[in-house]
Parts: sequence; structure tokens; C-alpha cells
Amino acid sequence: MELQILHSKNKSKMCALQRLSSATTVRDIKELFHKQNPKFYPSRQSYRLEPRSKSLKDSDTLGSLDLSSDGVLYFKDLGTQLGWSTVFYFEYAGPLVLYLMFYSRLPFIYGEEYAYKPSSADVVKIAAVCHTVHYAKRLLETKFVHRFSHGTMPIRNLFKNCSYYWTFAAWLAYFINHPLYTLPMYGDVQVDMALGCFIFCELGNLFIHLALKNLRAPGSTERKIPLPTKNPFTLLFALVSCPNYTYEVGAWVSFAVMTQSLVGLLFASVGFMQMAVWALGKHRSYHKEFRQYPRSRKAIIPFIL
Amino acid sequence: MSSNAKKTNPVAQAWLILYNVAMTAGWSVIGIGIVNHFIKHGTNKGLYHQVERQLLFFQTSAILEILHAIVGLVRSNAIFTFLQVFSRVGIVWAVIWPVVEVQDNIGVPMLLIAWTITEIIRYLFYTFILLGITPRFILWLRYTLFIILYPLGVTGETLTIYNSLEPVRESGLYSIRLPNVFNFAVDYHIVLMCTFPIYLIFFPQLYCHMFAQRKKALKGDSSSEKKSN
Repeated sequence: MELQILHSKNKSKMCALQRLSSATTVRDIKELFHKQNPKFYPSRQSYRLEPRSKSLKDSDTLGSLDLSSDGVLYFKDLGTQLGWSTVFYFEYAGPLVLYLMFYSRLPFIYGEEYAYKPSSADVVKIAAVCHTVHYAKRLLETKFVHRFSHGTMPIRNLFKNCSYYWTFAAWLAYFINHPLYTLPMYGDVQVDMALGCFIFCELGNLFIHLALKNLRAPGSTERKIPLPTKNPFTLLFALVSCPNYTYEVGAWVSFAVMTQSLVGLLFASVGFMQMAVWALGKHRSYHKEFRQYPRSRKAIIPFIL
Repeated sequence: MSSNAKKTNPVAQAWLILYNVAMTAGWSVIGIGIVNHFIKHGTNKGLYHQVERQLLFFQTSAILEILHAIVGLVRSNAIFTFLQVFSRVGIVWAVIWPVVEVQDNIGVPMLLIAWTITEIIRYLFYTFILLGITPRFILWLRYTLFIILYPLGVTGETLTIYNSLEPVRESGLYSIRLPNVFNFAVDYHIVLMCTFPIYLIFFPQLYCHMFAQRKKALKGDSSSEKKSN
């Protein structure tokens, strides 16, 4: 069986692939194309049946796609691709470093008068620890916990994501570590309670990530509904599809309350809006995939959303 | 507002025609005001003051276009429309109107001329489309004059913002200072400075996009008219 590869933008002939069978997968096509065009590594290639129709999956076989023997596939270049882990390392390392730069009051930030003299306030020190632990945890999870189903993303996402995380981290850090920072109005009670919530939510988020990782044994392709495990933090699965996001929002709201920072609240809100979108999407996919998916669950906020 | 209407609701049609006619008239009045002022005074001093009320009214009414896009009355992308209208309304209400010192700067007549000509042609064009006519001359004007008017407008806008920096810094306009209970501060003059990189990033993209739109629209197939801004 032979296949013509045409460019989806101008329908020009890019190459022809021979000796294919109905069992050949899109993944195989990508490998073959890569051999003929070394510049286009597989993760950069996208194929469609029509110039503008949906991208075909790697696992689709030529047989299942109903292609005749003089078949044609349309090629699209997805642009330079980066692994998810790579992007995550950059987007999380930035905030970690930036916040500490503001905490140590580097001279160009608050001027020579305060250079290298961090605040003596407990809450400011605690906040620096919390922020750092949060992003260190994220980096470690990226290395050891998360399993990404899509291998890559376009490089422009790196710039987009890093801009978001790094700018917000700097903005957040600027006010909390500012010489004119105002202490929380309810003092130690406010700080201690909010810190407690923060730690609780960080642990919750971690345990959910671990539970999701353990949902599937390595190598298996079995898909399962996430359920509460022996760990009480995972009980949230009984109420929401994405408790990891629930805990994440909780952690940042706690951080904002602990530091009494409006930017903190803003960050929590924007994060919440994005995570709500993701959670609703995931919630919908769960419903589509599992007939018996529990009806009582919400997506991200128990009983509400 | 463009309406490649397949299923035409007569009330919607009537409203859109009314809207576009009113806007064409409004911006024409502004245009006449500008010409009048230059003939009478020969300088841009006092120009803004002369057309202020009409400008505030007719530029602000463009907010309706966002509604039109959201509600689906018009086949435009709501987000693009929002950004476009927001930037115009922002410059008028958050820069020119509050910062009196900037009203006689050279950027103001530049942006006024660019906006006025662009809007008159744009709303006139939409009016014709709604009436079922596609006048090739107006189409040509719409997709050709931008080549000069778009850079002219952007230059006027950035010059105006630039000239507002000093007065804003002195007066502390729209700014919140530390310390305060929210641990939050806004320095409006920094916010204004942040618009420059945004212009730098988006202007080339949008300018090129309009050239592409021009190619498509003037190909002789003017029914492919899609709102470009």
C-alpha cells in the first residue's frame, strides 16, 4: 500500500511512503517520514485525513482510517516541541529563585538602604519557606511522580507559561518582602491558622498526585476511576473529580490570608479559574469514559462546581 | 457590524443598521469638527476640547460591539472585539480625558485623524453590507487606507501615552501607595509604561494580519469579508 503525504497548507507533495499495510499506525508513518525528513522529528508531525480536519492519533492504523490504496494524508508541522517535564522545570524553577531574590532583598529591588537585609517578621520568613517548599515540591513531583500522557508541547508554551508564573511570582514576592509590608491584622492567630491550612492543602495535593500515579501499574493501559484510598486526604475523591486542584486552590488562598496579600488572592483567583476549566474538562471526560462514574461528584468544589 | 446573515432576524437587522448609521454619522461629526478646528485655528491646540463630547460618546458606544459579538448578533470574535474596544476606550478615558496636560500633544490629532477616517469607512461599509450592497470602492478604502492610518494611529497613541507619563507620575493619578492593609500598590505610570512592549509585540502581528485580510478581501471575492479587528 502506498501513501502520499501532502502539506495541509498548500497541498504540495511532500513525499510518498511505500510498502505499508493496513496495520501500519500513524506512529509508524511519523517514524518513516522522519527518516526521509530528519528535520521533522515525530512529535512535531501531525496528520489529518483532510487539510483542516482533526489530528489523527498515533495509535490509529491505516486500516481503521478507511484509506484507499492511493491514499493521501495531510501533514502539519506543529513547530518546535518540548517535553512537558522540560517546560515544568523551567516554569517552576523561576518562581522558586525569584521569590528568594526578593526575600533576600537584592539591592536593585528595594534600594541600597535595605540591601541584603531580609525582614525580621516571622510571617515573612514563613512565607518564604512556604513558597519555596511549594515549588520545590512541584519540581520533585515533575521528576518523580507525574506521568504525562502527551509527550510534548509547542515551544511557545514555554514562553507563555514562564511569563505567567515568573511575573506573578515576582509581583507576589515584591509586596510581601517590601520594607513597607503591613503585618496581618489578626496577628499570630491569622498566620498560624492559615499556615496550618496551607500545610494541610500541600499534603493533600501531594497525596492526590501519588494516588493518581498509583492508579495504574507501570506498563498497564488499564483506565480506572480514582477512588479514596487508605489515606484520609484522598477522601476528597468522594466529592470531586480533581481534588488535586481543590487542594491547590486551598493552599494559595491560605497563603494569601497568611500574608494578607491582595496579589496572593489575585494569584489564587486566576489559578482557580484556569484549574476550574481543566477540572470541568477532566470531569466531563471521566463521565464520557465510565458509564458508572459517581453522579454525586463535582469537578473541583465539593457540592458546588 | 458585519453580518453575513443567513437567518436574518429583522429586529436584529434593523438594530444593526441603526447602530452602524448612527456611528457613521457620529464619527462624521467628529471628522467635521476636526476639519473645522484646523481651518479656524490652524493648530491642534484645543482640538481635543472641541471634539471631546462627541469622541467620548461615540468611542464609548463601541462597547456595544462587544455585546453584539458575545450575543452572536454579529460574526466577530468577542475577544478580539473586546481587546480592540478596550484599548480605544482605555486611551480615551484613562489617558486623554484625565490627563489634561496631554490633550494638546501632537499625538492627539494623529490618533483622532486615524480613528475618524477608519471608523467612518468601517461603519459605512457595515451599513452597506447590511443593506445587501458591497460597494467595491468602500471595500478598497477599508483595506487600503489602513496601510497609512494604522501606523499613524499607533504612533499617535504611543506618543500620547508617552507624554502622559510625567504628569501621571507627578500627580499620582490612579495610584495606590504603600503601606496599606492589603499590601498592594499600583503605580499608574508603570502600568502606562507597560503598554509600550504590548504595542511593540502586537502592532507588527496585527499589521501583517491586515495585509493578509486585504489580499483575501480584494481578491474579487468580497463576500469573504470577515471582521478583521
